[in-house]
Amino acid sequence: MLTEAFSEAFALIMSADADLYEILWLSIQVSLTALFLSILLGLPIGSALAITNFPGKGICITILNSLMGLPPVVVGLLVYLALSRSGPFGVLGLLYTPTAMVIAQVVLITPIIAALTYQVMDDLHKEYRDLFFSLGIPLQKAIGAYLWDARYSLITAILAGFGRAISEVGAVIIVGGNIDHLTRVMTTAIALETSKGELSIALALGIILLALALIVNGLVTSVRSRARHYGYA
Amino acid sequence: MVTHNSCSDSQSNLQIEVSNLDLSIRNIKLLNDISVTITTSGVTMVLGPNGAGKSLFLKCIHGLVTPTKGSICFAGTHDYPKQAMVFQKPVLLRRSVMQNMRFASQTQQSMTELEEALVSVHLSDKKDYPATQLSGGEQQRLALARALITRPELLLLDEPTASLDPASVLIIEDLIQKAAREGVKIVFISHDIGQAKRLAADVLFLNRGQMVEHSEATTFFTTPQSNEAMAYLNGEIVL
Repeated sequence: MLTEAFSEAFALIMSADADLYEILWLSIQVSLTALFLSILLGLPIGSALAITNFPGKGICITILNSLMGLPPVVVGLLVYLALSRSGPFGVLGLLYTPTAMVIAQVVLITPIIAALTYQVMDDLHKEYRDLFFSLGIPLQKAIGAYLWDARYSLITAILAGFGRAISEVGAVIIVGGNIDHLTRVMTTAIALETSKGELSIALALGIILLALALIVNGLVTSVRSRARHYGYA
Repeated sequence: MVTHNSCSDSQSNLQIEVSNLDLSIRNIKLLNDISVTITTSGVTMVLGPNGAGKSLFLKCIHGLVTPTKGSICFAGTHDYPKQAMVFQKPVLLRRSVMQNMRFASQTQQSMTELEEALVSVHLSDKKDYPATQLSGGEQQRLALARALITRPELLLLDEPTASLDPASVLIIEDLIQKAAREGVKIVFISHDIGQAKRLAADVLFLNRGQMVEHSEATTFFTTPQSNEAMAYLNGEIVL
């Protein structure tokens, strides 16, 4: 039965099944949009935390680090409450739409990107701080230098966020509802098809998801090892 | 709290006047009532045993560390001159050698000028090489060239030749002497007495956070005024 399911799964992938690729495409769209928004939020938050000093900074860092481990279902529930009819943003009618899924993923992965950015930038800031002071480098130029010189580590942080977004199921199933042709993504489809006993579709999606994870991690490893080899990371 | 005493009129190009400088961290006094006026041009060598407060003194002059008390005047004002500092462990950007130079050059210095600066530190053949993969001596030479490209009036050097090979030391000393001849005021920390004799116009001797002696180099090396300096020059362990 298992062999049969695997061969059917590969057949589905090779046949470019329309439903399968619709799910794949939506998953990538939602996760990339969430990733883009999280980069816009997470990089400045992490960088600002690393470079500036203010009272309560330690508490902010602790909170940020704690938020990295946010349970997806709790995030899903909170976003659901915020977007539901009786919630503060209910009027926008976003519940059970891909936008709601993007919001949930942004809430989940922004702390990851921000916290990892903070760690990278904090190390670099400690290394460069005295040099920049000594050379009289203005803050704007210094921030540019931090971002550029930390680029390989930041790419890793960003891809870690993408990995979390694309593989997440708890939050998106609550706020997206797993509606066919509308909010069904790979993870929610796998959960559904497995519960229905449709192992071939679940396996096909699982194989694609694993392949995506492998490609992303392979890229990270290759970029980082090249950067290390040339002393740029 | 840093007090801003009035600065005395300065006749020299870059007189450095340090008055009653104190630095305490967590109630531990690391610099204790240091007062000194440096009027000489060229290289002022800062000597003293480990833990004497030499690096902190230099960082206070540079503005990297704010003293607890006291004031520092440059050429009769509280305004910092155009200055650069080279650290004992060179800090290099994770970029190529030339990109490190270009980053520091804030004025419109041409590529030719930057390349000439690299020639002066014998690194022109490594301009596209990752800076962090240079040898220790090469890294320090790059750090010095990068500091000099900013055309500082005051150059602060914190043991830039510590643990370098003689060839690198020679290149660095040549550059320092050239910069001094061109009018750059240099304050240099070293543990190498031979080097101090080769380079110094005057010597500050610090011990346990206090200024023990400040005199012209020839005087310091022939007739040191303090027992600590005498012991230090004789190679004895100064506590």
